Amino acid sequence: MTREKVTGEVQNIFRDLFDDESIVIDDNTTADDVEDWDSLEHINLITSIEKHFSIKFAMSEVTHFKNVGNMIDTITTKVS
Amino acid sequence: MNELLAYPYDPELILKRKKRIKKELLSSGANFTGKKIAILGGSTTHDIAACLELFLLDHGIKPTFYESEFGQYWQDAMFGSETLDSFAPDVIYIHTSYRNIADFPTINDSEQEIDDILIEQYRHFTDMWATLRGKFHCTIIQNNFEMPFFRLLGNKDASDPHGRTNYLSRLNSMFYEYANSTDDFYINDINYLSASYGLQKWSDTFFWHMYKYSLAVPAIPHLAHNIANIIKSLYGKNKKSLVLDLDNTLWGGVVGDDGVQGIQIGHETPMGQVYSEFQEYAKAHKDLGVLLCVNSKNDHENAMEGLNHPEGTLKPDDFIVIKANWENKDQNIVDIANELNILPESLVFIDDNPVEREIVKAQVDGVNVPSVGSVETFINIIDKSGFFEVTNFSDDDKGRNDMYVANAKRAALNKTYENYEDYLSSLEMSATIADFETIYVPRITQLTNKSNQFNLTTKRYSQSEIESVMDGDNYIGLYGKLSDKFGDNGLVSIVIGRVQETALHIELWLMSCRVLKRNMEDAMMDELICRAKQRGIETIIGYYYKTAKNNMVSSFYERFGFAKTSENENGDSAWELSIKDYTNKNNVIKVES
Repeated sequence: MTREKVTGEVQNIFRDLFDDESIVIDDNTTADDVEDWDSLEHINLITSIEKHFSIKFAMSEVTHFKNVGNMIDTITTKVS
Repeated sequence: MNELLAYPYDPELILKRKKRIKKELLSSGANFTGKKIAILGGSTTHDIAACLELFLLDHGIKPTFYESEFGQYWQDAMFGSETLDSFAPDVIYIHTSYRNIADFPTINDSEQEIDDILIEQYRHFTDMWATLRGKFHCTIIQNNFEMPFFRLLGNKDASDPHGRTNYLSRLNSMFYEYANSTDDFYINDINYLSASYGLQKWSDTFFWHMYKYSLAVPAIPHLAHNIANIIKSLYGKNKKSLVLDLDNTLWGGVVGDDGVQGIQIGHETPMGQVYSEFQEYAKAHKDLGVLLCVNSKNDHENAMEGLNHPEGTLKPDDFIVIKANWENKDQNIVDIANELNILPESLVFIDDNPVEREIVKAQVDGVNVPSVGSVETFINIIDKSGFFEVTNFSDDDKGRNDMYVANAKRAALNKTYENYEDYLSSLEMSATIADFETIYVPRITQLTNKSNQFNLTTKRYSQSEIESVMDGDNYIGLYGKLSDKFGDNGLVSIVIGRVQETALHIELWLMSCRVLKRNMEDAMMDELICRAKQRGIETIIGYYYKTAKNNMVSSFYERFGFAKTSENENGDSAWELSIKDYTNKNNVIKVES
């Protein structure tokens, strides 16, 4: 799966989870940019992504996510 | 019922869509009952509250939450917090787990030392429960413990007192004894839940170390669903009747085509066995007070032959209403609800055919039609749905089926009388009407929480609130029991009046619909007014609070000659009667008081 395709699908997960169709993400997006993206919703975001791509993040990976770009890199590696 | 919340649901989808589901539920126009729920957690509880809210809203209960700060369940309970104190919860849910066990036995401990540790751990909880009960007088729901996710002693962990598995099993048993001997205290069985979900997935340590969740986040909807089932059961939202299709639901094959010899039921073949197991499961519900009915497209005669199959467990006598005809099934469902005098939302309809299920679901508002799959999954889906969650099991529940059968006989008798009063007299009714007594407190509480139709204020009471009424000088609390020549209807009516100077304010007046049109309300009013006069009361003030379900009593007070003193736009009204010249109304029931 290409990085672009992963980004698109992750964006859909964001829109679904935060119930906001106008969300647009890029590599530099962080929790500050999305209303309601707090530490508690972060858990559901990670879980939704894992379910969607049928992958499992290691604890060390999750603790190193700094922005959406990191996250998409990790997902892309795991699904390819 | 929200489709996404109906078992078997997709837990991940619930978590992902929870905001949207909540919006949908809130905009459904349902008439919500507000409840205050305090969640005292030994680990993170955020998503538990969020999911619990969805399931409760789906049952018509609108919760507001107090959540303790992370892991502060015990401190909150023992030392209090201003927020919690002023919150005054209706329900306290204590979410503890394996992660909250302070002390496990070590391999060097003697059995005596292990017993001491165990009792110390148990006391940690009993102290907390006692403090909470003393302070809040409300319902407490307490998790038991899931089994540990590793076994130091391997298989011996289960049997040896040094094993954590053994230790937690013993602690769980102590919790159960407490629950069995304590009113208004319920166990949320996460031990079963985690086993059913898969303990390894449930206790995924990733979620503990990352987020301090004691269970995997995708398991949270199951946990919330389980808690919601206890709460909705306590507030009278259980379902009352199981309505069953026949062909390919209670037996394999079509009795009209295959003949009674050709249908599959009994212990001779695998297909026969699976239907027998389902029949036994359905029949066991009858003993719990669930009313069994049939809704089948069949000639009546064929249906009866099928039900009289020698290998069958369920017999025609096990059912209250049998609709085996060529009407549409949605029409039959409506008729069954009417004959039982209950609302369609109290019915659960089981049919193997998705088309029939769809029609019933679409045509009859509120009726529960689970997607039961095929016969081998029926039991799992009905059971996990929690339609009939048992919280307080009274003798009345056991006898309910007999009462409905007796009702059917009374209805038959009714047809032979010209004059309704003659008919009532012929029933040879006798009633006991008396002040609240301790032995009836559970039944009284149960009734206040589940009566919707003949209920003037729909005020819900906890067991401790009923006790306060019973013991309070400024209250008159009356219960009424009614029996007749066909049987005992049990405790069927409750009135609670609050004395204020020379007026009596009726805060609650309810009656079970199984004794509608029997003039029991006349007998209750006579007795209430008699007692009011003895206490020097001059005026009775009655209130009618309109709900979607209690229209049948909108002119209740008018019938007794009360004058309307106010009426709101929403249909609520207040009524007043000077009792000086009141004359008794009842002349068909013999009353003992």
